[in-house]
Amino acid sequence: MNAVAPAATSAAAGRRPWWRRRAQVPLLVTLVLFVAMAGAGGVLYHGFLTPQVFLNLLIDNAFLCIVAVGMTFVILAGGIDLSVGAVVAFSTVLLAELVQRHGWPPLAAIALVLAVGTGFGAGMGVLIQRFRLQPFVVTLAGMFLARGVATLISVDSIDIDQPWLASVANLRLPLGGGSMLSVGALVALAVVAAGALLAGASSFGRTVYAIGGSESSARLMGLPVDATVVRVYALSGFCAALAGVVYTLYMLSGYSQHALGLELDAIAAVVIGGTVLAGGSGYVLGTLLGVLVLGLIQTLIVFDGELSSWWTRIVIGALLLAFCLLQRLFRRKEIKP
Amino acid sequence: MTPVSPAARPVVLQARGLGKRFGATLALDGVDLALRAGEVHALMGQNGAGKSTLIKLLTGVERPDRGSVELDGRVIAPSTPMEAQRDGIGTVYQEVNLCPNLSVAENLYAGRYPRRRRLRMIDWRQVRDGARSLLRQLHLELDVDAPLGSYPVAIRQMVAIARALGVSARVLILDEPTSSLDEGEVRELFRVIAQLRERGMAILFVTHFLDQVYAVSDRITVLRDGCRVGEYAVADLPPAALVNAMVGRDLPTVAGADAERAPPPDAPPAIDAQGLGCRGKLHPVDLQVRRGEMLGLGGLLGSGRTELARLLFGLDRAERGELRIGGERVELKHPADAVVRGLALCPEERKTDGIVAELSVRENIVLALQARQGWRGMSRARQDELARQLVQALGIKAADIETPVGLLSGGNQQKVMLARWLVTEPRLLILDEPTRGIDVAAKQELMAEVTRRAHAGMAVLFISAETGELTRWCDRIAVMRERRKAGELPGGSTEARVLAMIAGD
Repeated sequence: MNAVAPAATSAAAGRRPWWRRRAQVPLLVTLVLFVAMAGAGGVLYHGFLTPQVFLNLLIDNAFLCIVAVGMTFVILAGGIDLSVGAVVAFSTVLLAELVQRHGWPPLAAIALVLAVGTGFGAGMGVLIQRFRLQPFVVTLAGMFLARGVATLISVDSIDIDQPWLASVANLRLPLGGGSMLSVGALVALAVVAAGALLAGASSFGRTVYAIGGSESSARLMGLPVDATVVRVYALSGFCAALAGVVYTLYMLSGYSQHALGLELDAIAAVVIGGTVLAGGSGYVLGTLLGVLVLGLIQTLIVFDGELSSWWTRIVIGALLLAFCLLQRLFRRKEIKP
Repeated sequence: MTPVSPAARPVVLQARGLGKRFGATLALDGVDLALRAGEVHALMGQNGAGKSTLIKLLTGVERPDRGSVELDGRVIAPSTPMEAQRDGIGTVYQEVNLCPNLSVAENLYAGRYPRRRRLRMIDWRQVRDGARSLLRQLHLELDVDAPLGSYPVAIRQMVAIARALGVSARVLILDEPTSSLDEGEVRELFRVIAQLRERGMAILFVTHFLDQVYAVSDRITVLRDGCRVGEYAVADLPPAALVNAMVGRDLPTVAGADAERAPPPDAPPAIDAQGLGCRGKLHPVDLQVRRGEMLGLGGLLGSGRTELARLLFGLDRAERGELRIGGERVELKHPADAVVRGLALCPEERKTDGIVAELSVRENIVLALQARQGWRGMSRARQDELARQLVQALGIKAADIETPVGLLSGGNQQKVMLARWLVTEPRLLILDEPTRGIDVAAKQELMAEVTRRAHAGMAVLFISAETGELTRWCDRIAVMRERRKAGELPGGSTEARVLAMIAGD
C-alpha cells in the first residue's frame, strides 16, 4: 500500500454504477435466473407465459412472501428466526378458534392475532438481547412452543365459514384482461413495499444493517443496538402473524399442522434473494424475487405434470447451496472486514 | 510545527479527579486532564497505566466512579458513546469501529441522518452530498457509495475522523490511530491532524511511538499506574525524560534475576532462526535461544511478536529463512511437527486457544503428552502421578485433580495450561503473554517454575508487553518493532532502555 493520496484518487476513478458493484451480483443472478426460468417455461409449456400464471405466484406465495420480509430483517441483523412457521400455524388456529367457536368479530380477532404474534417475537428478542442467548436456540424453543400451543387450542383443523372472512377470501381485484389478484397478494405487496422503505430509508432499517455488519461498531457509533434487536424479532413475529391471517384466508381453515417447514422456505427465499446469511447485506426487494423464484420452480413442476413435487425441494436445495457459494465468492473480494 | 504559547489557549475539556475501579484493581486514581482548543495533547503511559480507561470514561463507554468532566465549562456525564458524541467528543479507535458493509456516506451519517420532511424518511441525496463535503475537508475523494470495507484501513481511519468531524466535535480523541498505518499513511494522518488543530479543535492523541508524539503534539500528559505523573509542554520534556516519567524510578532488579542464573554463553542453541520471515506478516528475523536461556520478546501490539511465535511453532509457514531445532534443519508445516521436535506454545488467549473448560485438571494436563503418544494409552496411575506432581510444583489451587478446569480462577487455568506443556518436557517453551490478567502471586509461582525448568536446561521464549517482566525475568531481551527485530538487549537492562527500543527512539 502506498501513501493515502494515490489510493484516494484511484478509488474515485474506480467509481462504478450500482449494478456493476460486486455485492449486487447475487441479486442480478437471481433476476437472470427468474427471467430464464420463465422463458424456459414459455418455450416448454403451452399457456405458461400468461399474466395470471405470474400473478398466481404472488397469490399462492403471499404468506411466504410476508414471512420472508420479516425474516430478511432478522437475517440482515445477523440473526435467524425459526419460529415463524409455527407462529403462522398458531395464528391460523387462534383466528379460526376465536371467529368460529367464540363468535368474535373477524377484525377484532385479526387485531388480537397480530398483537400476540408481535408480542411473541418481541419476547424472543428480549431473551436474545438481554441474556445473550443464541437466536437459533431461542427461536427453536419458540417454534416448539407456538406449534404446541396451537395443538392445545385445537387438535383438529377448524374450517371457517364465517361469511365476512369467506367473502374477503374470495375477493379478487381485477387487473383487466381477465387477470386478478387476491387480498392476500395485495397485502404481501404492501408488506414488501413497506419493508423496502423501512430497510432502505428509516434509521431502524439502517441500524439493522449496521448491526449485521459489526454489532460492536454499531454500539460505538452510538446506534440503539439493544432496542433494534428486540424490534427486529417483534417485526418478524408481526409478519408471521400477518402471514397467518393471510394463510387462514387462503386455506379458510385453522390447523396446527399448517405451514410446516415454512421458516426454512423463508430462509431459502431470503438467501436466494441475495441477502447474506451472516447479515449486513441484502435487500427486501431481493427477497420478493427469491419468493418468486421458489414459486416459479413449483409452477414449472406443476406445468410439467410428470415430475414428482419433491423436485421442488431438490432444486431449492441446490439453488440455496449455489447462492451461498456465490455470495462467499463475491463478498470476499469486495469487503475485507 | 511551532509550539504554541501554552497560556493563550482556552481550555475546552477539563477532567478533574477521575477515578475508576474494576473489581480489585484501581484502574484510574484521581486523574486530571485539560485539553485546549487548537492543541494536540499526547496521552502517554505504559500498558496498564490507565490510558484506555481514561478514554473509556471520556467517551461514555464506562462511567467514572468519581470525578467530573467539563466541556466548555459545562459538566457532562456521557453514559453512552452516542451521548459523548452529542456532547461534542468524537473518537477514533485503534481498530476502526465503523461498519465495513455500509457505504462510506452511511458510515459518516449513521445515527444522525438528515430526514425528509414527508414521512421522516432518510434523505439519501443530502447524506451523499454531506459526506462528500465532509471528506473534502480532509482532502479525500472517495466514492461515497462504495462499501467502507472496500477501502484500506488507512482510508477507513480517515473516514472515522471525518465522522467525528461531522458530529461537530469540539474534542477529537485519537486512540492509537497509527498502529496499523505505514509511514506514508501516518504522514497523511498528521497532515489532517495539523489541519484540524488550525481549526481550533482540541485533540487527544494516544500512541506508543515517541517520535510521533514529538512530531505532532504540543503538550503531553503522562500516566503511570492509574495516576497522573504530570502535564508538560513538549519543549520541556525531552524523550529521555518522557520515558523516565512513564517508567517511574527504575526499580532495583528483583532477587533471582542476577548473573548467577545466566546460562553459559557457549550453551548450544535450542532453536536457531536465520532470516525467518513471511511476506506481509514478518520481515526476516534472526533469533537464537540457547539451552537453559530465557529470552524475552518485547514489542507493541502488532509489532510482530505473536507472528514470530506462530512461525516458530509452525502455526504459520515461513516463506523464507531457515530454522534449526537442536542443530537440525527443519521445515515446520504444522504445529504437530513442532511438538514432535520438542516445542511447546502457551497461547495468548487461554480461553479460546488453550484450556478445555469441561475437562478435569488431570485430563487437561495430560492432553498434550497423550497427543504426542498417539493411540498408545497412558495408565490412569501414571496420569494421576503426573497431574499431582505438576499441581504441586505450580501451586495450582483446585479442590481435586478431577475438578473441571472451567471452575478454576484465571491464574490457575493459566498454570494448568503451562503444566500441560511442562509434562512434555519441551526443548523450547514459548510463552505468549502468560501473565495477562492473572494476579501477582500466581504470576510469581508460574514464573518460578518456568525459571526452575530453565535452570534444568529448557529454553524459554517469553513474550510480554510489560517491560517490567522482561527486565525482571529474562536473560536476554529481543525487541520487535514494525514487524522486524529492532534489536537485542542484555538481561538486567533498565526498563527505560527496553521501552525506548520498543518505541523506536
